[in-house]
Amino acid sequence: MDFISILSIFVMACFVGYYVVWSVTPALHTPLMAVTNAISSVIIVGALVASAATTSAASSWLGLAAVVMASINIFGGFAVTARMLAMYKSKKKG
Amino acid sequence: MEHTVLPAWALLAYLASGVLFILALRGLSSPATSRSGNRYGMIGMAIAVVTTLVTHVPETAGAPDAVAIAKILAAIALGAAIGVTTARRIQMTAMPQLVAAFHSLVGLAAVLVGLAAYLNPGAFGILLPSGAINPDSRIEMGLGIAIGAITFSGSVIAFLKLNGNMSGAAIMLPGRHVINLGTIVAILGLVGYFTQDEALWVIAAITLLSFIIGFLLIIPIGGADMPVVVSMLNSYSGWAAAAMGFTLHNTAMIITGALVGSSGAILSYIMCKAMNRSFISVIAGGFGATPDAGGGAAKEQRPWKRGSAEDAAFLMKEAENVIIIPGYGMAVAQAQHVLREMADLLRKEGVNVKFAIHPVAGRMPGHMNVLLAEANVPYDEVFELEDIQGEFAQADVAFIIGANDVVNPAAKTDKSSPIYGMPVFDVDKAKTIMFIKRSMGGVGYAGVDNDVFYMDQTMMLLADAKKMVEDINKALAH
Repeated sequence: MDFISILSIFVMACFVGYYVVWSVTPALHTPLMAVTNAISSVIIVGALVASAATTSAASSWLGLAAVVMASINIFGGFAVTARMLAMYKSKKKG
Repeated sequence: MEHTVLPAWALLAYLASGVLFILALRGLSSPATSRSGNRYGMIGMAIAVVTTLVTHVPETAGAPDAVAIAKILAAIALGAAIGVTTARRIQMTAMPQLVAAFHSLVGLAAVLVGLAAYLNPGAFGILLPSGAINPDSRIEMGLGIAIGAITFSGSVIAFLKLNGNMSGAAIMLPGRHVINLGTIVAILGLVGYFTQDEALWVIAAITLLSFIIGFLLIIPIGGADMPVVVSMLNSYSGWAAAAMGFTLHNTAMIITGALVGSSGAILSYIMCKAMNRSFISVIAGGFGATPDAGGGAAKEQRPWKRGSAEDAAFLMKEAENVIIIPGYGMAVAQAQHVLREMADLLRKEGVNVKFAIHPVAGRMPGHMNVLLAEANVPYDEVFELEDIQGEFAQADVAFIIGANDVVNPAAKTDKSSPIYGMPVFDVDKAKTIMFIKRSMGGVGYAGVDNDVFYMDQTMMLLADAKKMVEDINKALAH
């Protein structure tokens, strides 16, 4: 993909982000931060690419360290979001 | 472009995970849809991880390298174990610290991925035929590392402040604006120079200076501005992921980075607006460091009325409408559970109880809502500022627990007050105001006296918040 196509995706995604985030109810702003935290750890893709390359030992160790950090975030972030969301109950359900 | 060409299915898979992340955020528009939204997020992440694992199998001499594969899986398992254990054990009141800690990890991971790409550009497909790193990629890499490093060190400071390992007060360095601006200009200059010279010292200097500026930027920001800081760092972690997405030409990373970046930016904007402060003035720091600023400083000796738990219980039992306003003090005292019991006891007496939450109550956006949800308060009894503001005129009791600045009328009337213009609850319209406070000495984070203490209809309940509510509950149960 050339730079302009990538930039186009990025700019469009910023607009999508803008509208989607404004529609998030303020009561869920803490879970929003927790889940954005988890998904920003999609940076694990880069960490995995680095770890899988056997051509540079230093690079693959840096990648592995990044895999550990991103995994903490992914699993921790989704788990804590799920834990918080499970607590939000409406009056009708009791 | 020398990019390793991924099979079409892999490109589509990354796109799908990007779309699933959008749906994850979309789900948060209401608590009812939020849980399925979170599952979309998990599926999206699983797709991105599996796709990468399958398309990037480590190989030695043309055959899959079992040791390298095992190392990667072990790294994921280790992270998963730490992450899940932390998420299970963490107390809900400690959520701001946890989020700051998580942000720091995203930042550091971005730095490491950037450095790994620098050391092994071939693996990232950013090598020119000449053997040099593609200059476009160098800008993306440099910016990604810089933003990641700022996110890391800034979040570490935010964590230490939120966790109480470091004073929450604003720490002011002389000449900091000059130092900060100079450092930022130097970082940008180095990123520009990096396109001309790919020497190791350039990338090392970018990394080091960015760590320093992240530290310097957050140090002077005081406790009450933490919601803005946490949101801002949230935004940075997104931009760091996006920059790495540009390096890797990966749609999942770019879409996610843009989503998270805008999300954090919007939250920062909402928080600043709720304090009537500009983003620049928050970043410039120093709020809460000048206790003598603004009016009302010399009015300490005015008369005020003290009430007991029994008085409070009696008055609330007789009331028709009670509005409870929780603030950070409720979180510190862990009073959310006893507060819910109080609401239940009052409801049994036929009292209509509502909770009112200010956007900047607590130390991160939505902090109070989570704590009340934890205490089993149904979310339809919890109201935002603009939805409940009109109801104070009909309220018999405004019950303030652990909040201060968000009910200070000086924000409406006193132009010299540092919180002037901040939207506040109209508690003065309620027939009776009950204000739980540890003692008459301390004032809110903004360091301004609060006229509410001295109003005719105000009853000061001086005690630890949890202890006071427990005593009220005992009196109510009689």
